[in-house]
Amino acid sequence: MTATMTNPITTGRPAARTVKASVPVREALTQITTLAWRALIKMSRNPEQLVDVTFMPVLFTVMFGLMFGGAVSGSTAHYLPTLIPGIIAMTTITACVAAGIQLREDMDKGVFDRFRSLPIARIAPLAGPMLADLARYAIAAGITLTVGVIMGYRPGGGVPGVLAGVVLAVITGWSIAWIFLWIGTRARSVGAVQGMSMMIMFPLAFLSNAFVPVDTLPGWLQAVTRVNPVSHVVSALRDLVNDGAVTAQVGWALLGCATVAAIFIPLAVRSYSRQV
Amino acid sequence: MKTGTPEAGRSSTGAERAGRDSSPSGTVAVEARGLTKLFGTNRAVDDIDLTVMEGEIFGVLGPNGAGKTTMLNMLATLLPIDSGEARIFGYNVRSQGHAVRQLIGVTGQFASVDENLTGRENLWLFGRLQGLSSKRAHSIGDDLLAQFDLAEAAHRPISQFSGGMRRRLDLAASLITRPALIFLDEPTTGLDPRNRSQMWDTIRDLVAEGSTIMLTTQYLDEADALAGRIAVIDRGRKVAEGTPSQLKTQIGTSSLRVQMAEGADTAKAVALAAELTRVTPIVSPTGSGFSVTLSDANQAADVLIALRNHQLDITSTTVEQPSLDEVFFALTGHTSETRIPETEVSQS
Repeated sequence: MTATMTNPITTGRPAARTVKASVPVREALTQITTLAWRALIKMSRNPEQLVDVTFMPVLFTVMFGLMFGGAVSGSTAHYLPTLIPGIIAMTTITACVAAGIQLREDMDKGVFDRFRSLPIARIAPLAGPMLADLARYAIAAGITLTVGVIMGYRPGGGVPGVLAGVVLAVITGWSIAWIFLWIGTRARSVGAVQGMSMMIMFPLAFLSNAFVPVDTLPGWLQAVTRVNPVSHVVSALRDLVNDGAVTAQVGWALLGCATVAAIFIPLAVRSYSRQV
Repeated sequence: MKTGTPEAGRSSTGAERAGRDSSPSGTVAVEARGLTKLFGTNRAVDDIDLTVMEGEIFGVLGPNGAGKTTMLNMLATLLPIDSGEARIFGYNVRSQGHAVRQLIGVTGQFASVDENLTGRENLWLFGRLQGLSSKRAHSIGDDLLAQFDLAEAAHRPISQFSGGMRRRLDLAASLITRPALIFLDEPTTGLDPRNRSQMWDTIRDLVAEGSTIMLTTQYLDEADALAGRIAVIDRGRKVAEGTPSQLKTQIGTSSLRVQMAEGADTAKAVALAAELTRVTPIVSPTGSGFSVTLSDANQAADVLIALRNHQLDITSTTVEQPSLDEVFFALTGHTSETRIPETEVSQS
């Protein structure tokens, strides 16, 4: 794939160049990290884009903890071990939606025309921002855990369990984000991306075991929550963070994430390339 | 996978390359045959043939919506080619897009730089994406900033740049890897006269340094001033091609301009001129004069005598080479100012 052949064309002053048939993997990685750098700069200069991973987790943790704690688990303190992993999963998925919106905004801007005209790997303009977004998922998980601890939550898994939980959250965010990235390449406007993403994000986050014990649900809904990969992520997070236990749920969660990624990476790349 | 060599034997041989210093050489930079783009039933680009030689400035002239941008985007691999074929330095645009993208620089109508980054960061970004080391990307970026008179603004975000500065940065970003062929889509649209003439100088410098340039413009004087050869595009079709002087002679040897005296019947004068020259004169924007192309310079006398015989007073008159405005009018039946409804769909 890295066949390099001498190009018979030179220009007067511009140096003689070689034309490559494809992008070597190392160059593709440089392009991805360069575009991740661009996304991080963008994030740091537009801090309002971080609201969904900073204030939202705080709001949801406090609100859900105080409102539902008594009803679901008898008290807020008893509810936190159930709730915190659920909120981590939910805020991570909410944070994913931005990936599609940002891509659509980017694609509508002039700078993407230049990306298209450059001899770079087709996946780089997608994979670069995805790499930078890992920071967003880590922030979302970290803030949720911090607020939980302030409210009295004591994760039984200790530091290793908490760190493992954050890593799982980041992996989940990265995988699920490809769904929204794909929508971003398909929809015609930012508004359409937002609307369609909400329709996917809400069932994904709420038709799960994130906030309520599944056995209180009607039978068919229990079936839905069981096939929802988010349920497995939430269960795995509970096992890791609360108990420090690497259970089968962790395996199922990772398998679920891998499946989502395996389906939506090709869809997103193909849809993006077709618009190029 | 696509091959790394040009498909056809159209590229120059090593012997031809040796010792080549002046332009244009014998190498074909752009070759298009039957290039066509459909947007629904609208033939935005309709069966266009073009050949651009290495080292020349090739101008694509046409009004808004004529299909210039669409054509350029197809050649630059930004839009799929619906039918026909195109080669850039022998590489097939359709099947060897990655090779083509390594040889071209594209500067669009709208600045394609990142609003969130400073000028220096933008150039570094595009340098890195094209395989330069971090250090080299910085040094080339700084050179370009200095060359384009942007050094002082290097650390300012683009959102604070003026229109002219954006255009210059945009062009600088296209030059990082010194592409052999540069596409410029309306490089001076929206620029003030000073920035415009700066851009012209820059374009001439690039060609002097060995680049080939294909530019679109809706300004006739720009095509006249810059381009060695011009293709006139109207409603997706190529209506004429040649050097500026060829295009002018194609229309007529000269043109007569007449300024009517106050109170004189311009309409009647125009009708007389039309009758004598069998060409539709162009009435000046103020309506107080007209110009008409002449197939024979002696017709100037015929027109002026007729005006005198009909007591139509004039204040001034000149006979000169036809302007490209008149060329355009003669070729397309409407002036370049005619605003066709915006059908030129820019891809995105």
